[in-house]
Amino acid sequence: MGVEGIGARVARKEDKRFLTGKGRYTDDMVVPGMKYAAFVRSPHAHAKIKSIDVSAAERMPGVIAVLNGKQMLDDGIGNLICGWMIHSKDGSPMKMGAWRPIAHETVRYVGDAVAVVVADSVGEARDAAEQVVVDYEELPAVTDAATALTAGQPQLHPEAAGNLIYDWAIGTSEAETDAAIAAAAHVTEMTILNNRLAPNPMEPRAALGVYDSAEDHYTCYTTSQNPHVARLVMSAFYNVAPENKLRVIAPDVGGGFGSKIFIYPEEIVCLWASRRAGVPVKWTSDRTEAFLTDAHGRDHRSTVKMAFDKDNRITALKVDTIANFGAYMSLFSSSVPTYLYATLLSGQYAIPAIHANVRAVYTNTTPVDAYRGAGRPEATYLLERTIETAARELGVSPAELRRKNFIRSFPYQTPVIMNYDAGNYEASLEASMKQADWAGFAARKAEAEKRGKKRGIGMSCYIEACGIAPSAAVGSLGAGVGLWESAEVRVNAVGTIEVLTGSHSHGQGHETTFAQLVADRFGVPIDSVSVVHGDTDKVQMGMGTYGSRSGAVGMSAIVKALDKVEAKAKKIAAHLMEADESDIVIENGEAKVAGTDKTVPWFQVALAAYTAHNLPGGMEPGLKEGAFYDPTNFTFPAGCYICEVEIDPETGKTDIIQFVAADDFGNIINPMIVEGQVHGGIAQGIGQALLEGVHYDAQSGQLLTASYMDYAMPRADDLPSFQVSHQNTPCPGNPLGIKGCGEAGAIGSPPALINAITDAIGNNDLSMPATPQKVWAAIHAAH
Amino acid sequence: MYATNYHRAFSVADAVRLKGSGDETKYVSGGMTLIPTMKQRLAAPSDLVDLRHVAEMKGITVSGATVRIGAATTHAEVASSAEIKAACPALSHLASLIGDPHVRHMGTVGGSVANNDPAADYPSAMLALGATIVTDRRRIVADDFFTGLFETALHDDEIIVAVEFEAPEKAGYSKFPNPASRYAMTGVFVAKSAGGVRVGVTGAGSDGVFRHSGMEQALAGNFSPDALSGVTTDPADMLSDLHGSAEYRANLVNVMARRAVAAAT
Ligand SMILES: Cc1cc2nc3c(=O)[nH]c(=O)nc-3n(C[C@H](O)[C@H](O)[C@H](O)COP(=O)(O)OP(=O)(O)OC[C@H]3O[C@@H](n4cnc5c(N)ncnc54)[C@H](O)[C@@H]3O)c2cc1C
Repeated sequence: MGVEGIGARVARKEDKRFLTGKGRYTDDMVVPGMKYAAFVRSPHAHAKIKSIDVSAAERMPGVIAVLNGKQMLDDGIGNLICGWMIHSKDGSPMKMGAWRPIAHETVRYVGDAVAVVVADSVGEARDAAEQVVVDYEELPAVTDAATALTAGQPQLHPEAAGNLIYDWAIGTSEAETDAAIAAAAHVTEMTILNNRLAPNPMEPRAALGVYDSAEDHYTCYTTSQNPHVARLVMSAFYNVAPENKLRVIAPDVGGGFGSKIFIYPEEIVCLWASRRAGVPVKWTSDRTEAFLTDAHGRDHRSTVKMAFDKDNRITALKVDTIANFGAYMSLFSSSVPTYLYATLLSGQYAIPAIHANVRAVYTNTTPVDAYRGAGRPEATYLLERTIETAARELGVSPAELRRKNFIRSFPYQTPVIMNYDAGNYEASLEASMKQADWAGFAARKAEAEKRGKKRGIGMSCYIEACGIAPSAAVGSLGAGVGLWESAEVRVNAVGTIEVLTGSHSHGQGHETTFAQLVADRFGVPIDSVSVVHGDTDKVQMGMGTYGSRSGAVGMSAIVKALDKVEAKAKKIAAHLMEADESDIVIENGEAKVAGTDKTVPWFQVALAAYTAHNLPGGMEPGLKEGAFYDPTNFTFPAGCYICEVEIDPETGKTDIIQFVAADDFGNIINPMIVEGQVHGGIAQGIGQALLEGVHYDAQSGQLLTASYMDYAMPRADDLPSFQVSHQNTPCPGNPLGIKGCGEAGAIGSPPALINAITDAIGNNDLSMPATPQKVWAAIHAAH
Repeated sequence: MYATNYHRAFSVADAVRLKGSGDETKYVSGGMTLIPTMKQRLAAPSDLVDLRHVAEMKGITVSGATVRIGAATTHAEVASSAEIKAACPALSHLASLIGDPHVRHMGTVGGSVANNDPAADYPSAMLALGATIVTDRRRIVADDFFTGLFETALHDDEIIVAVEFEAPEKAGYSKFPNPASRYAMTGVFVAKSAGGVRVGVTGAGSDGVFRHSGMEQALAGNFSPDALSGVTTDPADMLSDLHGSAEYRANLVNVMARRAVAAAT
């Protein structure tokens, strides 16, 4: 592997600028004549807009323009859309209501934009925004999805009767599944809630729209995980500008976790307002706006039946899920509780019959979309809570029950579309149990009891699908886009290398790992490799970063481009050394003729390509190749997480004593970065399980958790030191054998934690987040 | 934040005079409560008078058993002061639990006491220690000072100059932080002095900080955690919110009180 190549723990190249405050984020961008936008937002969860009076606001100091949704409509700016078509069981297409970037008739959640002020300073824009007088006719609101489906509830969109967006099913037929359940020796039934989360990236969203009237051209700096998709969508659906007249730049982005995949009203408004007002317009979200308007995650209510035969083998699984979509369908919202969720309901287990039904529902809340894990945490939580409960009901050890049901031969076709290519679930289960000293738990529990503490242990065996995704496959399932990735490798005339990638780094460390890949191939120092991303004018069309796809898909595209570069470089080197092309090897920064001492330094091969003085006959000058890589399958990272907790029965406070993660991520480029991803993911999962939860007032629809005073984020002292290991089986589906690691931590950890807490307190009736108050109440309910 | 004028006072008299300078002038000390409120546009003072440069309001002095803490003393100073650690370690402990290092190095005793946030830590200590709030014009005993949620006996332009108390024989503080804000979901300060035992409870009461007379009586004869086993706290008097029901808080009051007594030194 070498010190900088594949498998090396190389320190992150990008950290110097991040740690010294030299990162360049959207809000750091300054362009001449730039002005600031402030949004007027609905204080009501549901209301009709009777009138908007901007006269006082227009007279405020520094105000350049006060713009509204009607003007946007008149200018032909389109509706925000959801880009993945889901059909209901009855064959009808999903019922998508209109989402205007600025509402002009009805507001549907607290925070819905109703007007925008452009002014000389942020302060003046906000002062003026407060002077916009909106006359609302308040309407009743509904925030809970199950309630929204019942009769007599407020109706959000005329297109979606009963607030139902779709009623979709997957898997084995319901009749066959019911029959298997009826014939079962034991059935475990549960109601499972998956709490709504606010994504909280450290950098809030921001956008800077710059319209150039001379060229009729727009530039959008924005906090995006996928700038090309942003350009495509803003161009094709929102009619902001044709693609060749719209440049989207996503510079340094301070965390996304999914929330920055989607196209939001604000960036469209900044671009449009820049043309209307004739000035560049910048908007930067504050934290309250982030809580109100960044797409939330999760929010599922499910019932589940898991059936077992007399040998404790799972014979059937039936799941009924209600997914809260909020007030509008965000860009990929429809795919999350369907193809990213229900397709994973087999988990690591051989289950002959699986039937899942999912209803997606409008409510007067912030739109919900993909958040770290997107569907897979919901599936894993449901399955792993259920199998744990089953083990308790059946009186068998949770490890044994899982073991008995593991899938052991691959490829394995589940009843819910996925075809698992490889895995060794036993290996991670064994490794984690050993690491956690599972066998010694009883003694530790007894010792804790002496100190008045309740000690518990819980596990979770997760599987997820990464490396999204084969374009034709997702196309057939309704995706509006392909999910390939692109790369271009440019060797400069002096041998340094630029990699232009369609992936986007917002915390993942691509500038390091992608450079390691190239360094490994040619044996050049990683400092001679630069990674370019995040600018539609620089980089060819790409699909961006989410779903742990940048390794498995993004790097595979780089590999393809490297293959082409290497092939051409070998031809040039062979020509220079008058050797046979097939005898050339490139390593340690030089091209060699195998079995001889003839070498040409790498930079001379590059130089030869560009001087073109002495190239093989008919060869084009230059050394630069591009590639598009379309995956052939999803990848299937999997693992086993074990959590051990101690609970103070007097206060209900949970302390995490140890957390063990044993993952199978396939091959790894940089173990340090992978471990960092796992640490961050587990921290987020612990956040979901112990601390985080978005709450609305059920009557008024007001967001009750709109600041850190009420929304609890995990902090360092909430977390133990994680024990992370890998039991890797290479992924057969892509050239590097990579599976992906970005979401696993957030997927695998919540059920391990809740299984541990419920084990400790002897009451299984506990929902996330397991706050001290809830755990205390559960302890009391149990005794 | 709305535009505001900033004034720096160098003496208490200066500050009171400057308080008259604008339409709606407010004192600012550490700014750890006031500035975030202004940033959220929930407060819009026309003028601010900064108290942190008033020499008379700074510093910690212990003479005999009397402890005096200037109102502009930061939480970090209280937490690390050798004099306070000697005279009343429970108070240093309390100060060390407030917020995070940034907050502790900016926020002040005077600001916290003047603000009387129902979840703030200091008010419980002031009540339990029977402290006196010294202002620019009078001395107010803690029992008369805290009058309700965010309410105190202070007049609009009155300045807290210092807080004073007699070092207790023993005192302890136990705090259960709110998981989100880390303010006190319940904090109990117990102090035993020649005059008896006083118990101040913050974070839990629906009317703000309060003295727990049942506990005071029980501890008067027997200053030990066991003495509290028969004492109850009525949930009807407790706050109830997203983070803790009234029943939960009533339980926390009892648990934190036992732990405060056990920890008392
Ligand atoms: C992130 C965070 C976490 C926190 N956590 C905690 C916690 O765990 N526990 C806790 O108790 N507190 C906590 N606080 C609050 C902190 O302790 C504040 O410092 C304190 O509440 C106010 O003190 P200040 O000096 O900052 O006052 P300021 O914010 O400057 O003023 C607060 C109010 O008091 C008035 N005032 C200030 N000084 C005087 C005076 N000398 N005389 C008269 N009026 C005056 C001001 O006019 C204003 O109305 C936290 C704050 C933050 C930002």
